[in-house]
Amino acid sequence: MAKDDNTPFAIRNYEAETLRKALRKMYLIRFFEEGAEDSYMRGLIHGTMHLSIGQEASAVASCLSLTDEDKITSTHRGHGHCIGKGAEVGRMFAEFFGKEEGYCHGRGGSMHIADVTKGNLGANGIVGGGIPIAVGAALTAKQLGTGAVTVCFFGDGANNEGAFHEALNMATVWQLPVVFVCENNKYGMSTSTERSTAVKNISERAAAYRMPGRTVDGNDFSAVAEAVSEAVDRARRGEGPSLVENLTYRWRGHSKSDRNRYRTKEEIDAWIARDPILRFRDELMAHGIIDVDAAEGIEAAARQEVEEGIAFAKGGTAPSVTEVTRYVHAEARP
Amino acid sequence: MNAPTRHPEVQSRELSYAEAIREAMGLALARDERVILMGEDIGVYGGAFQVTGDLVERFGPDRVRDTPISELGGAGVAVGAALTGLRPIFEFQFSDFATLAMEQIVNQAAKMRYMLGGEASVPVVFRMPSGSGTGAAAQHSQSFEAWFGHVPGLKVVQPSTPEDAKGLLLAALEDPDPVVIFEHKLLYKMKGHVPEGWYTTPIGKAAVRRTGRDLTIVASAIMVHRALAAAETLAAEGIDVEVIDLRSVRPIDRETIIASVRKTGRLICVYEGVRTLGVGAEISAMIAESDAFDYLDAPILRLGGAEAPIPYNPDLEKAAVPQTPDIETAARRLVRKEV
Repeated sequence: MAKDDNTPFAIRNYEAETLRKALRKMYLIRFFEEGAEDSYMRGLIHGTMHLSIGQEASAVASCLSLTDEDKITSTHRGHGHCIGKGAEVGRMFAEFFGKEEGYCHGRGGSMHIADVTKGNLGANGIVGGGIPIAVGAALTAKQLGTGAVTVCFFGDGANNEGAFHEALNMATVWQLPVVFVCENNKYGMSTSTERSTAVKNISERAAAYRMPGRTVDGNDFSAVAEAVSEAVDRARRGEGPSLVENLTYRWRGHSKSDRNRYRTKEEIDAWIARDPILRFRDELMAHGIIDVDAAEGIEAAARQEVEEGIAFAKGGTAPSVTEVTRYVHAEARP
Repeated sequence: MNAPTRHPEVQSRELSYAEAIREAMGLALARDERVILMGEDIGVYGGAFQVTGDLVERFGPDRVRDTPISELGGAGVAVGAALTGLRPIFEFQFSDFATLAMEQIVNQAAKMRYMLGGEASVPVVFRMPSGSGTGAAAQHSQSFEAWFGHVPGLKVVQPSTPEDAKGLLLAALEDPDPVVIFEHKLLYKMKGHVPEGWYTTPIGKAAVRRTGRDLTIVASAIMVHRALAAAETLAAEGIDVEVIDLRSVRPIDRETIIASVRKTGRLICVYEGVRTLGVGAEISAMIAESDAFDYLDAPILRLGGAEAPIPYNPDLEKAAVPQTPDIETAARRLVRKEV
């Protein structure tokens, strides 16, 4: 596919079918989260959830060059990463509904969805909790020579945790195949990065760990795909870790308790105007990858998949309350 | 008697507790390429207590991996490595430093299998040099068995002999879930017979170290040896003590302890951790809730660590944890109905 140099990276480097699937995944994330929010409002889901609506490009583009052998670690705002790494929305909804058919058989909920078979080592309820775990996964890859790369998602809030420092330092000292992807959505709950973080761009921290650091427009699919896939290639070549910072924004509040008192409607509206899904869709149309009909078809198919997923979850099986201690330890081998 | 699983053809010889642990790790490293050791100064330094010793020379720095002084991150790397196929043994230089890594041990390692509905396994072993008596004062002498024993998803063991130090470590390595091993620092130089080759001491099984009729003492780690010494003195006075080596804090061997108390009618729990809300409280409650309660001829006693940090001054340090004479005094009071 010879394309000229002004063509966006993703379009230059990926097959049309891959790009169409990526758009479909972005829609899936959006509709999944809207569906989850709606189900919560109707009282069908309890607990809380952290929505990533507005951050879909970061999740999908960061996973674009990964295989099922590659790993990711995710965060409390991790639904997009799951779908980016290949999770089925039906089993995700089933988990939200607390059903046996869910990825964690209803034991984990929104904050612990994982699919180890697809290399998704799990969302995490602890800010920064997944960062050392990602480095451990990369150590396994290096030690056993599997060739796998780990992409470690975390938010701007996690960059001020001690785990971030310890883990990034070890990743460089041991030259491990891991890519740290910071999704900087400007706020750790209510506290802005300006008020919490000593550096302007979190990627500046990379210098302290002697690894490359880049900040990109996290709502620009192709920019994220380029930065992360280059870092993944570098890791795969054995040249060590990188830090990529995707500047993005969550349209919704931190969680269901958020009253949005720390940011303005104008700020939110300005970011909604930079919708990463519409930008990517328009880019694909501009480069002839899809036409209007195809775009509408992808959107409609994603909507339908989400509706089917909710129906699947509603029809799922509730765990037996006699099994509250099941899965604490491995079950006895036959 | 719950002696360790032993094969008749296996020869026995004397090793120190530290040498027994090193032998176990050497066997594991030789047998399974997925096994790695991680920890601070475990390579050429040989470990702060010389437990890893020369293993780095035999297996190289990739498999006997010095970590930076990063307990939280290092423990987390071990968790991530275990989750993806390695079998890491992570040494904390002192168990006290595990407080820096509680997040990864308690929130991640212990809960991963459960949170993921059984779809993941974290077979990591955390080794923790523990306990007082070395003059290292308040931040290098603690006994945290009860802390970790409070967390579902962890298994917690405390070997008191070289044989069990090896057997429990190999059992921990074979276990598909995280295991925390408290190694008492004063025991590292203790010698004892250790079978050669690969064998396991079952996790969750106590050992009756001395049988007796009048009183059950449940002790752990170095307290087992103090209880056995006390039992000798008491025997000369006509008090016949049964000494149970707890070995496993989580899960606790209910069967062995309850059967013993039913027989003797008296119980003293001896442990080094702070007395309040400690391992002895759990054992006491377990007996109170069991049918062994009906067999009690005296109140249950707990001898545990003082309600204070471990002090530096050697006399104060000794006074802060149960010593052999304390056990003897308590036993006499209990058996002669002086309480």
